Amino acid sequence: MDFYFGLAQLIGVHTLLGLSAYIVLLTGQVSLAQAGFFAVGAYAAGMLTVLAGWHLVPALGASALCGGALACAVGFPALRVKGLMLVIATLAFGEGVRLFFFNFDYQIAKGELKVGPVGGEGFRQIRFFPENGWETWEVMLFIWVFVAGAMALLWWFDRSRYGAVLRAVGEDELAAQSVGINLTAVKVSAMTVGGAIAGVGGGLYAHYTTHIEHASFNILLATFAIAYPIVGGLRSVYGTLLAVIFVQGILVEGLRFMGDWRNLLFGALIVLAMNLRPSGILGKGRHA
Amino acid sequence: MLELRSLARHFGGVRAVDGLNLTVQDGQIFGLIGPNGSGKSTTVNVIAGLLPPTAGTILFRGEDIGPLPTHRRLRAGIARTFQNIRLFGQLSVWQNLWVAQNSAEDLARRGFFTRWLGGQSGVRDEIARLLEFSGLAHKQNELAANLAFGEQRRLELARALAARPKLLLLDEPAAGMNSEEVGQLRERILSLRGSGVTILLVEHVMELVMGVTDRIAVLNFGQKIAEGTPAEIQAHPAVRKAYLGGEAA
Repeated sequence: MDFYFGLAQLIGVHTLLGLSAYIVLLTGQVSLAQAGFFAVGAYAAGMLTVLAGWHLVPALGASALCGGALACAVGFPALRVKGLMLVIATLAFGEGVRLFFFNFDYQIAKGELKVGPVGGEGFRQIRFFPENGWETWEVMLFIWVFVAGAMALLWWFDRSRYGAVLRAVGEDELAAQSVGINLTAVKVSAMTVGGAIAGVGGGLYAHYTTHIEHASFNILLATFAIAYPIVGGLRSVYGTLLAVIFVQGILVEGLRFMGDWRNLLFGALIVLAMNLRPSGILGKGRHA
Repeated sequence: MLELRSLARHFGGVRAVDGLNLTVQDGQIFGLIGPNGSGKSTTVNVIAGLLPPTAGTILFRGEDIGPLPTHRRLRAGIARTFQNIRLFGQLSVWQNLWVAQNSAEDLARRGFFTRWLGGQSGVRDEIARLLEFSGLAHKQNELAANLAFGEQRRLELARALAARPKLLLLDEPAAGMNSEEVGQLRERILSLRGSGVTILLVEHVMELVMGVTDRIAVLNFGQKIAEGTPAEIQAHPAVRKAYLGGEAA
């Protein structure tokens, strides 16, 4: 059973990552920086619980703030460029964050142990859950409370004028400007909300794995982040959730028995899925 | 209402607009005509703020709006339609009008939270009025992309009106319309004049321009070659040569 709880934890955290890219994608921007915000959230929450002895909940709040503030700061210069240029700019930022943590040492003595991040070795002993005696299923529920919260927030956005404005910007920036929409404000706000959600996801990730290192926050994770909303479709937040279940639950875990053939089939199935449902699992059908 | 002083916009060596002086009075319907490539659309784009001018000033209600970005010009009271219709195709008709609720009155009337995160209730009446005006009430839940061509033109006009403009820039609103639709458009434009909106009308369809405008300026190669009432313009020799074909009367 613990295997399934563990899988549900992973799916929950990846859903947060996917949702962080979803809101940015609504405005028509492809950002490969989401893994970077995720990493910042992971290190921030880990350091606060391990080094400063905070409870996890305020530490996650701090993760959201760090992720959001960084996304806002990155958003202003990055969103001046579009399309492929933005992809490259955000990719560079994500790699920059990863390399920062590759070189980041900050250890303090705690009893006879030294704890904290140590460069390439990563950050071990993020033991908030085991120290407080949380069972796997409790951790899973805790994670899903945040997933539900983030989904509810984005669902509400989608029902409000803000959501319609995000989609309007995604469709035609020139027309959006001409009906009085401040493009910079809308894009940066979407980026900020996305960064905060990614930060929370990262904070949760750090605590359920108990060990993080720079290599986990690489380009592959950034690609997954934008792949989820694209595979799931941008029609609603549920698409992203379904895509994470499809990719992590069925493709990654379900095909494990195939050994090395898995990666090949994984790619083929993604291509097949996108051919059958070009606007995503929950998008319009092929001929609509 | 609107005054252009020595306005110029060059694209590399091409002088799309070249030293244009123009004054549009309050409440006027002002026509801007000229052959293809004479700089009419460029003029509209510069006034709306989508293109920065190469030189010259734009005064709107006595103030220089040169430094204002596009969305601020809308708030100041300048709305527009596009020559090639630019709707938000994957949004519904209703949502197209919803996202355009950005007028200064709107900002003053409703708080930040209601404006952005509130539901649809606060703006229902306003949007119903716009749907009524454009005859699209029965299509309000349709995706804009699924509308017929004439309906899309009407929706775009309604979307511009959602900003409660003082000055409306219409960039070839009759392009591609049949004569019945042109007639309806004419009625709409005249009823807007009744409600006090000043209009700058860029148009090729002479039937419409000559019928609704108070005053017309003719552009050729980015320069104004004539200005006057519709009757004066129709009789103007330079205009006949440049634009109406130059046939002997």
